[in-house]
Amino acid sequence: MTATTTARTTAAPRASLARSRALARTGTIVKYLSLVLACLAALVPLVTIVVLAFKTDDEYRTTTPLTPPGSWLNLDNFVTAFTRGGMLTGFVNTGIILVVSVVGTILIGTMAAYAIDRFRFRGRKLVLGGFLLATLVPSVTTQVATFQVISALELFNTRGAAILLFMGTDIVAIYIFLQFMQSIPVSLDEAAMLDGANRFTVYWRIVLPLLKPAIATVVIIKGIAVYNEFYIPFLYMPSQDLGVVSTSLFRFMGPFGAQWEVIAAGTLLVIVPTLVAFLFLQRYIYNGLTAGATK
Amino acid sequence: MTQIASPPEVAATVTSDGRRRGTRPGAASGGRARRRGGRVTPWLFLAVPLALLLLLTYVPVANLLWYSVTDWDGLSPVKEFVGLENFVEIFTRPEVFQVFFVSLFYLAGAIAQLVLALYFATLLSFRTRFSNLFKGIIFFPYLINGVAIGLVFLYFFRPGGTLDALAALVGVQDTPQWLGDPSVVNTSLAATSVWRYMGLNFVLFLGAIQSVPAEQYEAADLDGATSWHKFRYIIVPSIRRILGLSFILAIAGALSAFEMPYIMTGGANGSETFVIQTVDTAFRFSKVGLASAMAVVLLVIVLVITGVQRLLFPDEKKEDVS
Repeated sequence: MTATTTARTTAAPRASLARSRALARTGTIVKYLSLVLACLAALVPLVTIVVLAFKTDDEYRTTTPLTPPGSWLNLDNFVTAFTRGGMLTGFVNTGIILVVSVVGTILIGTMAAYAIDRFRFRGRKLVLGGFLLATLVPSVTTQVATFQVISALELFNTRGAAILLFMGTDIVAIYIFLQFMQSIPVSLDEAAMLDGANRFTVYWRIVLPLLKPAIATVVIIKGIAVYNEFYIPFLYMPSQDLGVVSTSLFRFMGPFGAQWEVIAAGTLLVIVPTLVAFLFLQRYIYNGLTAGATK
Repeated sequence: MTQIASPPEVAATVTSDGRRRGTRPGAASGGRARRRGGRVTPWLFLAVPLALLLLLTYVPVANLLWYSVTDWDGLSPVKEFVGLENFVEIFTRPEVFQVFFVSLFYLAGAIAQLVLALYFATLLSFRTRFSNLFKGIIFFPYLINGVAIGLVFLYFFRPGGTLDALAALVGVQDTPQWLGDPSVVNTSLAATSVWRYMGLNFVLFLGAIQSVPAEQYEAADLDGATSWHKFRYIIVPSIRRILGLSFILAIAGALSAFEMPYIMTGGANGSETFVIQTVDTAFRFSKVGLASAMAVVLLVIVLVITGVQRLLFPDEKKEDVS
């Protein structure tokens, strides 16, 4: 590298210019080649599942994973997955849990953030530290003990278990609200209070509406997290009727163990909503994850 | 002694100052309004969040510590105190070392994942055709449901599956049992984890690189900087913090690898990880005492790693707020 730069400044400028241009061209080729390879690595496993989902059982047995199906209109596997595989129950349960726990997370997160940001009170640092410390606890392992709490509350094998756990432990949401709330001027609160509003009115009528962008972020990252969560529903809601998207799909491995084309259809049914959400909400998803991951 | 102790103190006052300054505008004018809020009001807002925090995080952690010194089976009304027996058992059983050996695969995978993410983030930070398309495709796997990924890769790795078909295309017929052979299974599973999580690191790195003002690159261009110089002197410093954070998270993640191996193999064929062993000990073999001790061990390790991170990157919080 340094050789080319010094060469450029001294003798034979034309030759070195040609050389650096050639170097740049190889650089460009390597760059696009590696990007295409990365895309292939990301897409090939998914594309073969798409291909498989449209095959008949016979085709699955006789053709290789890379051969396209005889007909792209063969939807039998999707019908089987949706009706006999319990995917419908899964989507209904996931929908209920998602809506309730996202709303709960928003209320709890904004209330906590409002109290921490807008009040100075004894024990405030302790509360903040309490939330901070909790982010460090790896949640899968504490399930050993959380399980006893959930049983004691008699929530085992109810949707309430998942809802409570999703609502109660989202510290990242609290941080997103806290950071955003710092940018809302306190003078707005004060003006309202001079007009006679109390703290609850201020929270409900002023702070909550102004938090809309932060709420959108939390809805997106929480929504994705709840939709994708596997272990909590698996552990706390073993009943067939309480299957969510993840656990219903997980159970495909039993009855459809030999029918990979049905498993593929079920997998696609789970991936498609994510893909649609991603296509429509791309920018928000990128921003939300950046906000959430760095806490 | 006092001299050594003083710098952190100074740093602490600076941070608290900085934070106070952040919220000062309100505090200066709104002292009266704030006082009028009373002493009870904040606690009314905090009642539900705190109750859930205690109930679902601190009570379980406290119970975990208590169960870990008992021989409880999860059902019986009596929990007999056994002292440190569970911990002794953990560190004397040979299977435990096997499990930590498995996490080395995930650690190697995590490092590969960070290197790849950094490489692609750097590529896309320069002007690129279709950059949004590339970004979306590389990132999308991260959003997919874990069970769906598990099934996609069970099909990918199964005998006669996608990987074998691809190998046959290039003339390789004699492929191993990707998920059945204990000497290969962990590599396959760690690779699946890389496929799943790389997109997140990539997007985070790309975001950090792109937050560098364009003028810096323009100035570098005027000075005749090469791409390597820009990478070394502009890109690397701008992402040093997020890189450090990701690395620490990668270590913690490798130790607590769970979902992919649990969904795909259930821990069979030598793919059992520490967390799989913990939950199986608790929920399959009903040894809640022993499992709690294992959870405590993991908790302590994660806390130590995080402590190291805070020592190495002490400025993290302050930069975040600004």
